[in-house]
Amino acid sequence: MNPAATTSARDTILARIREALRVPAPLPHMQSHATEVAAAAGPAGLTILPAEVARPWLPDGGETPDERLAILVENLRKLRAEVHRAADLTAAAGLVAGMAATRGWQRVAWHGHAAVEPVAAALGCETCRVDSGGFDKNVLEGCDAGITACEAAVAQTGSILVSSATCGGRALSILPHVHIVIVALDQIVATLGDALDELRTRHAGRMPSMLSFITGPSRTGDIERILVLGAHGPKELVVIIVG
Amino acid sequence: MTPGSTDAPHAFEAETPRLAKKKFLHDAAEHVRDTDHRAFVRRALGGYYTSRDTQKARYRDWEQARDAASLAKWSAVNRLDELLPRFVANFEANGGRVHWARSAEEARDIILGLLKTAQAKAVIKSKCMTSEEIHLNAALEQNGYGVVESDLGEFIQQLRGEPPYHFVFPCMHVRREEISDLFGKHLGTPPTDSPEELTMIARRHMRRLYVDADVGITGANFLVAETGQISITENEGNARLTAALPRVHIAISGIEKVVEHLDDLAVLLPMLATAGAGQPMTCYNTLYAGPRKPGECDGPEEMHLVLLDNSRTAILADPEQRDSLHCIRCGACLNVCPIFKNVGGFTYGTTYQGPIGSVITPHLRGLADWNHLSGASSLCGACTDACPVRIDIHHHLLHNRRNAAKNSPSRLEQLGHRLFVMVASRPWLFATGGAIFRKTLWLTKKLRLPLLCDWLATRDLPPAPERSFRSQWRTRS
Repeated sequence: MNPAATTSARDTILARIREALRVPAPLPHMQSHATEVAAAAGPAGLTILPAEVARPWLPDGGETPDERLAILVENLRKLRAEVHRAADLTAAAGLVAGMAATRGWQRVAWHGHAAVEPVAAALGCETCRVDSGGFDKNVLEGCDAGITACEAAVAQTGSILVSSATCGGRALSILPHVHIVIVALDQIVATLGDALDELRTRHAGRMPSMLSFITGPSRTGDIERILVLGAHGPKELVVIIVG
Repeated sequence: MTPGSTDAPHAFEAETPRLAKKKFLHDAAEHVRDTDHRAFVRRALGGYYTSRDTQKARYRDWEQARDAASLAKWSAVNRLDELLPRFVANFEANGGRVHWARSAEEARDIILGLLKTAQAKAVIKSKCMTSEEIHLNAALEQNGYGVVESDLGEFIQQLRGEPPYHFVFPCMHVRREEISDLFGKHLGTPPTDSPEELTMIARRHMRRLYVDADVGITGANFLVAETGQISITENEGNARLTAALPRVHIAISGIEKVVEHLDDLAVLLPMLATAGAGQPMTCYNTLYAGPRKPGECDGPEEMHLVLLDNSRTAILADPEQRDSLHCIRCGACLNVCPIFKNVGGFTYGTTYQGPIGSVITPHLRGLADWNHLSGASSLCGACTDACPVRIDIHHHLLHNRRNAAKNSPSRLEQLGHRLFVMVASRPWLFATGGAIFRKTLWLTKKLRLPLLCDWLATRDLPPAPERSFRSQWRTRS
């Protein structure tokens, strides 16, 4: 590829954009006070964040921890995720070990994390540890289940937020047939916006290379719009809420 | 694609643009007659309406949430000059590489160059309408690269040798028996009538391909200027696998996909899912900030992003229709459009079907040849009501009609209008004409008048009233 050509494509496109924007466009037809807010701010210095404005209009995520937990569990069940409560990590480990035994799992993948290690240690079957030292993706492909931690759980949408930094990289939460995720009670947040805020504080200035909101097990409706779970990602999402 | 560019002809596009209108009228007539097909498509969309309404009801105020979504896109598109360079700087700071493409041809050349450098042997691809727009698969195959579409619907369409029927639900027109036969023929699997079993066939077939591919190609739904991340929305997990396992990740995106803040996604992601597919969120909404970072255990070594103009700046230059760049490709306007449901997705002959496709295609490929799409609307406004980012879709169809009339006025229409002005401005002539017309209305269908008979072929005339409105008004009690 010719670098000069790329530079000139860049310059042409940016010049076209600047030229195009010389004539301002009218504001969209809106129904709320957002119109006045935006008009007051003007097109050049529009400083309001739609997310902040929109918060009271979006689906409810709950005000108290109890409400948030109830909404999260309800949303996850509607999404056909399997939800369990566990008093502590030992109880969670017992749950997962029981699952592995009854379903006859041959090999389960996991990653180094304080919430995952005790669960993986209690497994009776073979395991595959996914870590920065490198792992064989062929082995991971053959695993029955993967256990990960999460960054947050969002009550509003029933989403589990995982990242490549703290949840075993990119493949662990998507390649095995079952995804087991350990959620601490205090990781439950009300809205998507809250989850993004937490992330920004936690990974200040250095976002993990992948962040994923997982909302239920993998699904498709491509054949006659009929819902089928387990298209390419996990067929089952098991959420264990600890605490 | 601009007219006259050197794009390879697409199987379902008219060979020459001049034929586009003719082909549209022909295909529309064929599809409208196919009542089985229409019933099938309607049935497939039936569940969508219910689940969309259930999800919309969870919003505390859907209409105001639409305001916020439209404002987020409006403020980004109208400050693209500032936000696009900011996005690019942040994306590159994350370790990604940006490639600019003015046209479809440039984008294809860039991607072919990247595949050559990567010495790619196997390419896996997740659903990406921008790649359909630039006819990427044909170019890859011509250059000897095997490429597999991993999205189930796109995979089925790839095996069928057809483009997507609907830009969100690519194979919604295909029956399960046809898919079973298709898989039997290409993958040697036994016949089945279970959508679940068919899905599992594709799942089993694809898993090795993700692991063995050395390059993964995806689209992008949003480009976040603040953080330099790209956001990808999907349900199946195929995009996540495509961006997780291969050594090189190439994403393709139109330049208009920029949003300013990460927080904007807290509004746009759920609304896209609710409006487009009746879901609270699509199953996987993933943000990528460059390739694998130090300390992470997997992910590609390189990440490239191809930023495509391909006439988007021409839409940007039209302030009246600039908001059509707000489109987040949710597909809601197709799902509610009576024309789409009757003529079907292929009739449009475009990458982007339905109402939004009818608005933007004349900009992308020339108004003269694609203006007929502006007529593919009953102007009922269902599309505008359904749009989560409040694009004024049906008015833009009117704007396109007006612009086309301005550019190349039809002498016949002008004559007609002049006649009408002459008659309407002379009350005695109007009354006499009306009286004659009331008596002879029944003849118009019998006489097979040259222009009228086409129009009347699918329409019934109402019976003529006995007396004119003005005469009824004069004698009102």
